[in-house]
Amino acid sequence: MKQTPSQTVGPFYSMGLTRTRMNVLAIDSTQGARIRVEGQVLDGDGKPVPDALVEIWQANSYGRYNHADDKQEKPLDPNFMGWGRSGTDKNGCYIFETIKPGSVPGNDESVQAPHLNVCLFARGMLVHAFTRIYFGDEPTNDVDPILSSIKNKARRKTLMAHREETNGKIVYRFDIRLQGENETVFFDM
Amino acid sequence: MDIKVYKPRDWKSHPPYLYEPYGSSVKRAPLKRLVPMKQTLSEITGPVFGHNTVQPGEDDLTTNAGTGTPAMGERLIIVGRLFDEDEKPIPNTLIEIWQANSAGRYQHEVDQHNAPLDPNFTGAGRCVTNDKGEYRFLTIRPGSYPWLNHYNGWRPAHIHLSLFGPSFVTRLVTQFFFPGDPLLPLDPILLSVPSKKARERLIASYAHDVTEPEFALAYRFDIVLRGRDGTPFEEPKR
Repeated sequence: MKQTPSQTVGPFYSMGLTRTRMNVLAIDSTQGARIRVEGQVLDGDGKPVPDALVEIWQANSYGRYNHADDKQEKPLDPNFMGWGRSGTDKNGCYIFETIKPGSVPGNDESVQAPHLNVCLFARGMLVHAFTRIYFGDEPTNDVDPILSSIKNKARRKTLMAHREETNGKIVYRFDIRLQGENETVFFDM
Repeated sequence: MDIKVYKPRDWKSHPPYLYEPYGSSVKRAPLKRLVPMKQTLSEITGPVFGHNTVQPGEDDLTTNAGTGTPAMGERLIIVGRLFDEDEKPIPNTLIEIWQANSAGRYQHEVDQHNAPLDPNFTGAGRCVTNDKGEYRFLTIRPGSYPWLNHYNGWRPAHIHLSLFGPSFVTRLVTQFFFPGDPLLPLDPILLSVPSKKARERLIASYAHDVTEPEFALAYRFDIVLRGRDGTPFEEPKR
């Protein structure tokens, strides 16, 4: 059987996909360091995209995914599913309240630096785009197998979220650029 | 770590990012070459939404506005099965749908088309596939509506669907159309799909076997998500 073709989410996806708030991944009892991840989605003119949809999938604070195919012996957190969804507002901004994920294994005995897996949709995007958010202050980024596989070293920095601290709250800022000189790295996998 | 990866995205079935006749893609299509990535644990896992995610009645768009008055329009039953590329049914996965009302207007503040809103129609529904990968919605036939992409542009009637499947890479958002719609050959969004055969897979078929006498017509729309690599057959039972 052949894959069903993808189509755009269109301008009205919020009535189907964000009727309830789905951008808070961490509740009070979730284990791990609280972070906010936010940023803008920008088009080829650098203009905000007000009808994009950002979804994230991440490991818990121990570095384990809440999924049957993750057979690691690390603890599961019953209060953390690891998935969230945020539409963008009129300024193209998305926001997640979550925890910093632990490291997860990569292929061939490697270890991946902590990251969020991103699936991006928008009006005007006929197919969703996959990218990743890494944490700019994380020393293990240098040995991350996926970052290292990006041949153009300058482009690796498009996957780095920048740490800021506002009112004692840790915020990682990550803008997604659909086009242009600093176009975000999107993966085919 | 041993990883059983998923088959690649089939770019002969999916549209390209940039398809100029669909004007909004011009500034929003990633233009640099995608970076190939070998799937890891991060990609072969993904969110799991169980049956308790969805409340009873969410799959009935004719009444899920909860006003006590049914939505206006021609009732339709939509059924289908969810498979992977190896024809294995995908059970227990979330399907979210949204659509215009019977007059061709969305219950959304951005939609300013001068057609009536229906206070008894939310235009959205959800369900989870059963253990055979089957799903079913009750809704009303969506109307066509104009858009500003090109002169005298009209979208053929369609229903949007969002699906997860078993992993992060099986995610799919699509839309399906109705057979015989004269707008189909004029729709840049449908035409962005690169082959005629693949486009035909976005058109539902009339299902007389599911149609309920004196109640509602039925359409069938089966969906195929990415399959797992190298596991086309189950181990034979001995």
